[in-house]
Amino acid sequence: MNVDLAPKGRVLVVDDDPSLAEMLAIVLRQEGFESRVCARGDLALSAFREFQPDLVLLDLMLPGKDGIDVCKEIREESGVPIVMLTAKSDTVDVVVGLESGADDYVVKPFKPKELVARIRARVRRLDEPAHESLTVADLVIDVAGHAVTRNGTPVNLTPLEFDLLLCLARKPWQVFTREVLLEQVWGYRHSADTRLVNVHVQRLRSKVEHDPENPEIIVTVRGVGYKAGTG
Amino acid sequence: MADSPRYAGLRRALTFWRRSIQARVVVTTLVLSAVVISAVGWLLLRQTRDGLLDNRVDAVLAESASETLAANTRLTQTPGTDTDVGSQLDDLFDPIKERGAVRGFEVVLAGPVGSGKPLTAGGTRSTPGLAVASVPEALRQHFDVVADPAWSYTTIQVGAAGGDVQQGPGIAVGSQINLKADGETYVLYYLFSLDEENQTLSLVNRALLTAGALLLVLVAALTGIVTRQVVTPIRLARRVAERLAAGELQERVRVSGEDDLARLATSFNQMASSLQRQIRQLEDLSRVQRRFVSDVSHELRTPLTTVRMAGDVLYDARPDFDASTRRAAELLHHELDRFETLLSDLLEISRFDAGAAQLDIDDVNLVDVARRVVDMTRPLAEQRGVQVLIQAPGRLCLAEADVRRVERVVRNLVTNAIDHAESRGVLLQVVCDDHASAIAVRDYGVGLTSGETALVFNRFWRADPARARTSGGTGLGLSISLEDARLHGGWLQAWGRPGEGAQFRLTLPRRAGGRLRQSPIPLVPLDSMDSLDSQELV
Repeated sequence: MNVDLAPKGRVLVVDDDPSLAEMLAIVLRQEGFESRVCARGDLALSAFREFQPDLVLLDLMLPGKDGIDVCKEIREESGVPIVMLTAKSDTVDVVVGLESGADDYVVKPFKPKELVARIRARVRRLDEPAHESLTVADLVIDVAGHAVTRNGTPVNLTPLEFDLLLCLARKPWQVFTREVLLEQVWGYRHSADTRLVNVHVQRLRSKVEHDPENPEIIVTVRGVGYKAGTG
Repeated sequence: MADSPRYAGLRRALTFWRRSIQARVVVTTLVLSAVVISAVGWLLLRQTRDGLLDNRVDAVLAESASETLAANTRLTQTPGTDTDVGSQLDDLFDPIKERGAVRGFEVVLAGPVGSGKPLTAGGTRSTPGLAVASVPEALRQHFDVVADPAWSYTTIQVGAAGGDVQQGPGIAVGSQINLKADGETYVLYYLFSLDEENQTLSLVNRALLTAGALLLVLVAALTGIVTRQVVTPIRLARRVAERLAAGELQERVRVSGEDDLARLATSFNQMASSLQRQIRQLEDLSRVQRRFVSDVSHELRTPLTTVRMAGDVLYDARPDFDASTRRAAELLHHELDRFETLLSDLLEISRFDAGAAQLDIDDVNLVDVARRVVDMTRPLAEQRGVQVLIQAPGRLCLAEADVRRVERVVRNLVTNAIDHAESRGVLLQVVCDDHASAIAVRDYGVGLTSGETALVFNRFWRADPARARTSGGTGLGLSISLEDARLHGGWLQAWGRPGEGAQFRLTLPRRAGGRLRQSPIPLVPLDSMDSLDSQELV
């Protein structure tokens, strides 16, 4: 309906079901996204390189190559947000998907509005924030430059991990519940799946902590949530 | 308290006694054989003694008789009347004394009969060193008058001059002799020692004791070995059975031989194999079921997603449609919602049935859960005009649980309560202690009969079939909640009273895997009229 000539973003849809893929394309176009469909797992990476999307919608069960492997491959090349489409809500599958590098997931059957909200939350980063620089422990966060450095050495974070760290670092006095983090970082309030937070905190810790077993930068507050450590 | 170590030792011994067949068999056999061996030994010893003594007495009597005869012969051969009494007595006594020294007996010559003089008085001749008291008093009295020879047992006391006295068992034989010199009757006592017999007896005694002891050791060893042969396979079987029970289904008893124990082992193994087979079958079934659920889930969800998106696109575009098409789009939209909930509930239930449900354990604050659920259900509560209140302590109420599931349970209870509250208000109570945390959801609506509190958790059960399905619940909500509670090792229980409302209570152990003993919240609410008519279900 409200088709803009200038697209809000480019979305690569990797799904083997033609009807669903077409339906996704329709909904995305209505919401102002430009999309391309790839039906095979083994072709996903080349499609990704060619299309240069702002976000990838990735089905987990794909012919040619498993969605988990595709996710890992893309993550090796780029920090582009990846949202998994999954038919399984079992803990193991979701956690495996998130650990392989996905930022978020939606469980089929999903409501189009929900999907679009997630996509928007991941793509909204296109609006640049003001120039700002923060420190947490021995990490320096350059907000405008989307870069984190430790003693001048850059620490490589995906945009989501960067957002998570930034959210915690902006209010080091505050303990964030998982639900608040879901709302502020992932951009939604309902169907609070705290596994999403747990997995990403673990991944972020493995990148920024000196000893991920004894975290000092992202501290767990038992029974409540997480807060930025004072170092 | 000071005695407790001793009692502990006693208790351990008693436990060992109760548990070990081997110990019981060995000890009872040992006690019985000890009794029998002692009886046999005692009889044997008695007979040996009697035989020995009888022999000795016969020999002694014969010897003393022959001595007396020889003495009489000597007396008759000596020319009689001219000799004086003293020398004739010497003639009589000395040869016997000498023979006694050679043959090993002592002699006492006393008399004359009827004088009433004790043996210790003068005129009594005896073997040097022999105490005259060795002749028993009863025997001496026997010869106060003229009598036949007689004998009795005695204790012979021999003392070296001035030295210590040696005592020993012996036999005293007495016989009377007529002395021609004065015509009086004198008594000759022969004292035969029984030392030899005594030694023999003690030897036999020692031999019997040794033999008895050895026999007991033999019996103990034998019963020990025999019971061990029987008990060892039983113990092995027990160990294998324990391992089987612990889930090591491939465990088997080793079979050797063809005896009863081997057959027991064979049957045991057959039982184990059959169990293993059936468990494998069940596991296969469960795996197939799980696989099926997962496949159905995936296969159904993809087309449903497409339909759902298409429906939403149509629903969003409904202002452009004519009235009936618009209504159709609306119906499609609403029914898709219901269909989706029903599908996900069914899949959840079959996941429980297949045993595929897993917990994602974390510290969960039940107060937070209650607040979130109340926030989430606010639109429904406002729509029904129901006020939902939370009563919670001002501190954390933690439980190690899967927050997604706990929230689902509480949401379910609150939605149900709002549904049945009849605009009267709903109270959420959160209470915890060191062992458990609980949430109770109380409504003051139509309530439940005590029979219905057992039925509410049944799948697709409805309080009143004729009642309108207002909130569009699937009828599976409470069944799923009950399974969720059970998965946590917790309780979900219902109380109800027609006209007074109902209370549902979720109790979770503080630590994952902990056992619940009681809930911090009473199942029957304190504000209810009665507290008797209640039913607890786990």
